[in-house]
Amino acid sequence: MEEAIIVENLTAAYGDNVILTDVSFRVLRGEIFAIAGGSGCGKSTLLKYLIGLYRPEVGRVIVEGVDIAQADDDTINAHRRKFGVLFQSGGLIGSMTLAENIALPLKETLHLPSPFLTYLVRAKLGMVNLAGYENHYPAELSGGMKKRAGLARAIALDPAILFFDEPTAGLDPVTSREIYELISIINRGMKTTMVIVTHDLDLIFRLAHEVILLDGEKKGIIARGKPEELKSFTRDRRVQAFFQRDTR
Amino acid sequence: MAKGYQLSREKDGTIRLSGQISLPQVPLFLKEMERIFREENQASFKIDLTDLEGVDSAGALALAQLEETGKAILKGMTEEVRRVFELIDRDTIHQPPLHEAEQRTPLFESVGALCIKMAYDFVTLMTFAGELIISLPYCLFHPRSLRWNDIFRNMKRTGVDALPIVGLLSLLIGLIMAFMSSLQLKQLGANIYVASLVGIAIIKELGPMMTAIIVAGRSGSAFAAEIGTMIVNEEVDALTTMGFHPIRFLAIPKIIATAIVVPLLTLYAMMFGILGGLIVGIIGLDITLTTYLRESLRVVDVWDVTTSLIKAFTFALLIAGVGCHRGFQVSGGAEAVGEATTSAVVTSIFLIIVADAAYAVILHYIG
Repeated sequence: MEEAIIVENLTAAYGDNVILTDVSFRVLRGEIFAIAGGSGCGKSTLLKYLIGLYRPEVGRVIVEGVDIAQADDDTINAHRRKFGVLFQSGGLIGSMTLAENIALPLKETLHLPSPFLTYLVRAKLGMVNLAGYENHYPAELSGGMKKRAGLARAIALDPAILFFDEPTAGLDPVTSREIYELISIINRGMKTTMVIVTHDLDLIFRLAHEVILLDGEKKGIIARGKPEELKSFTRDRRVQAFFQRDTR
Repeated sequence: MAKGYQLSREKDGTIRLSGQISLPQVPLFLKEMERIFREENQASFKIDLTDLEGVDSAGALALAQLEETGKAILKGMTEEVRRVFELIDRDTIHQPPLHEAEQRTPLFESVGALCIKMAYDFVTLMTFAGELIISLPYCLFHPRSLRWNDIFRNMKRTGVDALPIVGLLSLLIGLIMAFMSSLQLKQLGANIYVASLVGIAIIKELGPMMTAIIVAGRSGSAFAAEIGTMIVNEEVDALTTMGFHPIRFLAIPKIIATAIVVPLLTLYAMMFGILGGLIVGIIGLDITLTTYLRESLRVVDVWDVTTSLIKAFTFALLIAGVGCHRGFQVSGGAEAVGEATTSAVVTSIFLIIVADAAYAVILHYIG
């Protein structure tokens, strides 16, 4: 299987404050890859390097064949269209309806006939179980609905890679399961590579093919592998403490 | 743009697709199909998908839409293509919206809605003013309930931080007034009256008014944005549930701070305005420093300065009150905060001018 993302010896820092050092991993095309860890361990920072918001000064981040450190701004902007990002709060633009939010990246990149654009937007909303909500504004939606709408916008351009930042944070178990289901359906149906930053064990065990565990003290990866393997065979106490929490 | 699919025709008219149809190719694909439908006047076309290697959701939707027009009959769907088709729930696409899209409101309806909004605004502003009137004496009789650090912080933000801009603008206004008036007065040999004109204008009107407008733009908007953002982030709800009175906690320190610093800023603005006139008088009109100051003091007395400071105090209450009120009115998200900020500035300036007009009439009759 080909790699969609390659991270090699990445050091992530805010000025002098080093968050992660010597992080290396590979994400295969079509897999669901989880980046796990406790609060403040650098998960979201790592995600920002993967989506090109931060450029690595030490190490390499190669996403879909493009070296984020080397590429110029135009290349990165064009490249970003190949991936969708679901932000923690949905990242929807408050002054636009859901239909306008979803149509925004489509209108920016392509000249689609208007009836087809409407058809496509409605279909995307239908995919995330928000059919009929096209004229709603984000402020009129619940937290779970905002995330689903954010997901509809993230998949608007049929991206090769989808990044999720804490997709189930702050959601009730039923809504969380709806999100799991959507992630799973999109991954199976469109073979989209998915990178999920989360500390939701239920999500990791249900969906992730591969997981890395970051640690704030070590400032790097302390475990990697398949979730069930990490749960059963690890001897590291920090890894045990993370993966053997009761998720019932 | 690279064409990821190939379209060929069979003898019986069937359209055979091969390759991949993904989002970048969809506009071209739809155009090509539309051309075929238009040029060949058939009731329907068979589209053979046997050789189609893959589609993304946009490609699948393009095919689905063609099928729904009745012009295309899809056949030979591969497992790969079917998997993507299964993601699409066609019933949901045609589900009517739960909300109608916003329509352009007719003129009369807009005017009516605006009037109702203005009346509602007035009522809420009066309610807020009432709450302030109740809260202020409470805070004065319970000084420990006041957040003094917040008052000092707001005094610095509203007053000290505004010194450079207030000073510069007042100096420039004094300069401009003196220069423009000197062009006319010179012809009459009445250069000395430049000092009187600048003195009266700056002390009675422009000093308080300009300072108030600058404070409304700098601090009134900041109050609205700060409280509005706190509402959006549920910080105000948190304060309420902890037993704090949001108006006493958030608005009163801002109002007290503004009421203290705006009259002081006004005095400062008056000095810089007169200094502006003085510069023109000395450099351009050959008036001596003592003559200029004597002439200025001749036309302006302590009563004028006092009434101007009272005006400035009133403007301060209006600016801080309106800024906080607009902040508390925020509901929704970032857009509502922006609207509140704009509205705080516009309403403050409007009320400043109304109050100034009222003062002009009252002071005329008081003498």
